[in-house]
Amino acid sequence: MLSAWFVVLIAIAYLSLLFAIAYYGDKRAKQGRSLIRNPYIYALSLAVYATSWTFYGSVGRAASDGVNFLPIYIGPTLAFALWWFVPRKIIRISKANRITSIADFIASRYGKTMLLGGLVTVIAVVGIMPYISLQLKAVSTSFTVLLSYPDIAATATTRSTPPLRDTAFYVALAMATFAILFGTRHIDATEHHEGMVAAIAFESLVKLLAFLAVGLFVTFGLYDGFGDLFSRALAEPDLVPLFSITAGGGYVEWMTLTLLAMTAIICLPRQFQVMVVENTDERHLEKAVWLFPLYLLVINIFVLPIAFGGLLRFAGGGVDPDTFVLTLPLAGGQTWLALFAFIGGLSAATGMVIVASIAISTMVCNDLVMPILLRIPGLRLTEHQDLSTLLLAIRRLTIVSVLLLGYLYTRLIGESYALVAIGLVSFAAAAQFAPAIIGGIFWKNATRRGALSGLLAGFAVWTYTLLLPAFARSGWLSISFVEQGPFGIATLKPYELFGLTGIDEISHAVIWSLMLNIGCYIGVSLAGAQSAIERVQALLFVDVFRGGAWRSHIWQGSATVGDLRSLVARLVGPPRADQVFARYARTRGVDLAATVAADAGFIQFAERELAGTIGAASARVLVASVVEEEPPSIDEVMEMLDETSQVIEYSRRLEEKSRQLEAATRELRAVNARLKEVDRLKDDFISTVSHELRTPLTLIRSFGEILADRADIDDHQRAEFLGIIVRESKRLTRLIDQVLDLAKMEAGRMEWRLDEVDPSPVLGEALAATSGLFKERGVALDVTLPERLPAVRVDRDRLVQVAVNLLSNAVKFCAAADGRVWFEAGARRGILWVTVRDNGRGLSESEREVVFERFRQVGDTLTDKPRGTGLGLPICRQIIAYFGGRIWIEAAPGGGALVSFTIPCVGLARDDAPDKERRAAE
Amino acid sequence: MKEPRGIRDRIVAVFLLGALLFNLPLLVIFNDAAAAVFGIPLLYVYLFAAWIGLIALMALTTRHARSDGG
Repeated sequence: MLSAWFVVLIAIAYLSLLFAIAYYGDKRAKQGRSLIRNPYIYALSLAVYATSWTFYGSVGRAASDGVNFLPIYIGPTLAFALWWFVPRKIIRISKANRITSIADFIASRYGKTMLLGGLVTVIAVVGIMPYISLQLKAVSTSFTVLLSYPDIAATATTRSTPPLRDTAFYVALAMATFAILFGTRHIDATEHHEGMVAAIAFESLVKLLAFLAVGLFVTFGLYDGFGDLFSRALAEPDLVPLFSITAGGGYVEWMTLTLLAMTAIICLPRQFQVMVVENTDERHLEKAVWLFPLYLLVINIFVLPIAFGGLLRFAGGGVDPDTFVLTLPLAGGQTWLALFAFIGGLSAATGMVIVASIAISTMVCNDLVMPILLRIPGLRLTEHQDLSTLLLAIRRLTIVSVLLLGYLYTRLIGESYALVAIGLVSFAAAAQFAPAIIGGIFWKNATRRGALSGLLAGFAVWTYTLLLPAFARSGWLSISFVEQGPFGIATLKPYELFGLTGIDEISHAVIWSLMLNIGCYIGVSLAGAQSAIERVQALLFVDVFRGGAWRSHIWQGSATVGDLRSLVARLVGPPRADQVFARYARTRGVDLAATVAADAGFIQFAERELAGTIGAASARVLVASVVEEEPPSIDEVMEMLDETSQVIEYSRRLEEKSRQLEAATRELRAVNARLKEVDRLKDDFISTVSHELRTPLTLIRSFGEILADRADIDDHQRAEFLGIIVRESKRLTRLIDQVLDLAKMEAGRMEWRLDEVDPSPVLGEALAATSGLFKERGVALDVTLPERLPAVRVDRDRLVQVAVNLLSNAVKFCAAADGRVWFEAGARRGILWVTVRDNGRGLSESEREVVFERFRQVGDTLTDKPRGTGLGLPICRQIIAYFGGRIWIEAAPGGGALVSFTIPCVGLARDDAPDKERRAAE
Repeated sequence: MKEPRGIRDRIVAVFLLGALLFNLPLLVIFNDAAAAVFGIPLLYVYLFAAWIGLIALMALTTRHARSDGG
C-alpha cells in the first residue's frame, strides 16, 4: 500500500524532471546547439499521439470490442504512407508561411481570413474538451486506483464529490501550471518550443517502457507466454467474440475508425503542433515515416494480452477494464511496477495536455482574441507600446480555461463513458478540418466560403450527433432527445439521423458530418469565385514545390522601416527586433541606416516575422495598421497565374527545340545529298577529263612511234606527221589550260582583275585576234561594232577570251562552203549585248543547253573528229555569269546558230539587271 | 530538391497496398476466431504481420527518396 503523499511526491518529482529537460532543451536551443534536431527525437515527439487513451483506454476498448482498438493506430500508419504527398507538403507550406497552428494554416490558405481562423479555433477548443477530460479522468482514476486497491468501490468518483476534494481538479490545476511553464514563459520571435519537444520525446520513451514492462509482466509473469494466455482466453465462451471483427457494423466501424485516425494524425491541433510547427528539418520526416508507426505497433503488442489477462483474472467483473494496466500488477503484488505504470500513464496524459493546451492557446491568442482586440478601435492596441505581456497573459489564461473546461466536461459527462469513447468524440471534431486542409493543399479553386460552410456544417452535425447526446445521456438534457428525437421527431434522432441505423454512434456521426462538410466545401467552392488574395494564397499553398520562393513583390504598399521596426519590437521586444532586422539587412544587402522607405519585400518580411509570433491573420491586421496597402493589381495576380503556366512554357520551348533540331537534321541531310552529287560530278569530270586527254595523247604517241620505228618515211609524210603531233600537243595544252581555268572558276579561286572598260576596243581586239583564222578558213565575217559603247565592269582578258571562243566556234561550225559569220554588238537600256551568228547546220532545241555542259560536244562523237575541247562554252558561261550577265544560244533566222551574251553596264543596280536583260533578250 | 524518379508511384502503390491489407475482403478471410498460429489467434497474427510489412515498405520508400533525391 502506497501512501498518497509518496505518490504525489513521485509525480511532482517526475514532472520536475520533465521541466528540467525542457529548460535544458531551451537553453541548448538558445546556444544554437539544439537538442532536438534529429529524426529520432522528432519521431518520439510525434508519439504524443499515444495518450492515456492508448495507455489505459486501448486495453479497456480491447476488453469490450476486441481488435477494434487497432484502427486508431493503423490509420496514422496509412496516413504516413502518403508522407510524400501530405505531411511533407504541409510542412513545406507551413515553413514557407511561418504557420503557427492549424487555425493559422487554414486561415492563411483561404486568404488570411480572421473569420475562418476564429471558427477553426472555436471548433478546436470545443472539440478538445472531451480529450482533455479523458486525460484528467485517467490520471485521477489511476491515482485513486493506485492508492485504494483492492478497494474497488472506492475507485469510482461520483459527481457528489466537491471539486476541492476531487483529484481530477488538482490534476487539472497542476497540468495547467506545467503547460504554462513549458509553453508560455516568454514570447519569442520563433514558433518553436524546443524544450517542450525534448520533454515530450522523453515522455514518449517513458510511457513506452512502462507499458512494455506491464505487458511483459502480464504475458510472461502472470501467464506462460502469448500462446498460453490466448488459449486460456479462447476456452472462455464469453471471450471468443473478441477474437474476431463482428460482422455487419464491425467492418463499418473498423473503416470509419481507420479514416478518422488518418485525419486525426494531421488535424488534431497537438499533432499539427509537433509534426508541422515544431519540425526543425523537413528531412526528419523521412525517418519518422516508419519510426512513428513502428512505435505505435510496439506499444500495441501487449494491449490484447493485458486485456485478456485482466478479463481472465477479474472474471467476476467489478474492475474497470480501463484500469487493467494498474490493477494487474497490483493484483500480482508488483507495487513498484504499478507505480512505474502510473508514471507512464502520467507521462502519456501530461504530454498530451501540455502540447494540446499550448497549441490551443496559440490558436486562441493568434486567431481569435488578438484579431478581435486589434480591430476594436477603442482599445487602440495597434499603437500600444508593448504587446508581448498581453500576448502572454492571453495564452496563460487560455491554458487555464481549456483545462478547466476539460475538468468541467469530466464532471458533467465523463462518468458515463469509457476512455476511448470520450476520445473518439474529439477525433470526430478534429476530422472536420480534414477537407479544408487536404483540399486546400491540392485544389486551387477551393474558396474561403467553401471552407467556411464546410466547417460550419460539419461542426453543427458533430454537435448534434455527438455532443448534445452526450449531455443527454449524462442527464443534462432530457434523454428523450436521444431516444425519441427532438420534439418526438424520429427522423431527427441524433444517433439515427434520417433513419441511418445499424452502425455505432461514432461512425454514424463521422459519416454524416464529413458527408455534409465535404459536400458544402466542394459545392460552395464551385458556386463562388475567389478574391485576389485567396487566389494568391491558394497558389502559394498548392504550388509550394514549384518555384518555392516566397513571392515578395505581390503586395504593393508603403511604410517606413522605422514603423515596421517599432511594430515588431512591440511584440517581440526591441533587442530581438533589432536582431531580426539586422539579419534581414545582412542577407539582402540592405543598409538599414540609409533606408527609410520599406519596399514590398521588407513589409512581407516583417509580416512573416510577426506571423511566427501571433499568426498570419493578426500579423496582417497589425502590418496593415502601419502600411498603406494597395491590393494587388490584376496584372500581378495574372503574373502569379503565369508562374503556374511556366511549366507549360518550358514544354513549349522544348518542343520548339526539337523542331529546330529536326529542321537542322533536314538541312544536314540535304547538304549531304548535295555533297554526294558533287562527289559524283567530280568522279564524272575526272573520268571525262582523262578520256579527253587520252585522245590527243594517243595520237601523239602513235605518230611519234611511227616516226621512231619507220626510217623509210618520206619527208613529206614526216612533216605531215610532225604537224599532227604539234597540233595535238597544242590542243592538249589548251585542254589542260581550260580544265585548270574551269576548276579555278568553279572553286572560286580565279583571280579576276575587274575594271570599268569600254567593251568596243576589247571586242575589236578579239576580232583582230581571230581574223587570221577567218582568212585561213575562207569564212566571211560581218561586223557591226559601234565606236563607243557604255562601260562595263569586267576582266578585260576574260572578255576577249569569251569573244574569241565564240568566234572560233562560229568558224568551226559554219557551212563548209561559203561560210559566213555575223558579229554584232550594241547597248540597249543599260545592257551590253553581243551576238555571233553563223550559217552552219545550227543546233536543235535540246542541244542548245547541252553545249554549255562540260565536255559535251554536239554531233556524232564516233564519226566526227573532235573539233574542240568541249570546255569553251562552259568557261564562257562561267565568265559571263561572273560579270553578272547571261549567255544563251538560239536558232538564227535562216538556219545556223545564234549565240548571244549580255552584260549589265556600269551605273545600273545589279538586282534589276536580270529583268532588263530578259527584256533585252526578247 | 529534385524529385527522385518514380517516388510518387512507389508511395501511391504502398498506400494502396496498405488500404487493401486492412480492408474488407482480406480482413474477412483472416477473420476466423477458431484459427490460431502457435496458439495466437490468426486475425491478430495477420494484422500485426501486415502492419510490420507495411512499415518496412514505407521505410523502403524513404530510402528511395533519399538515395537519389539528396
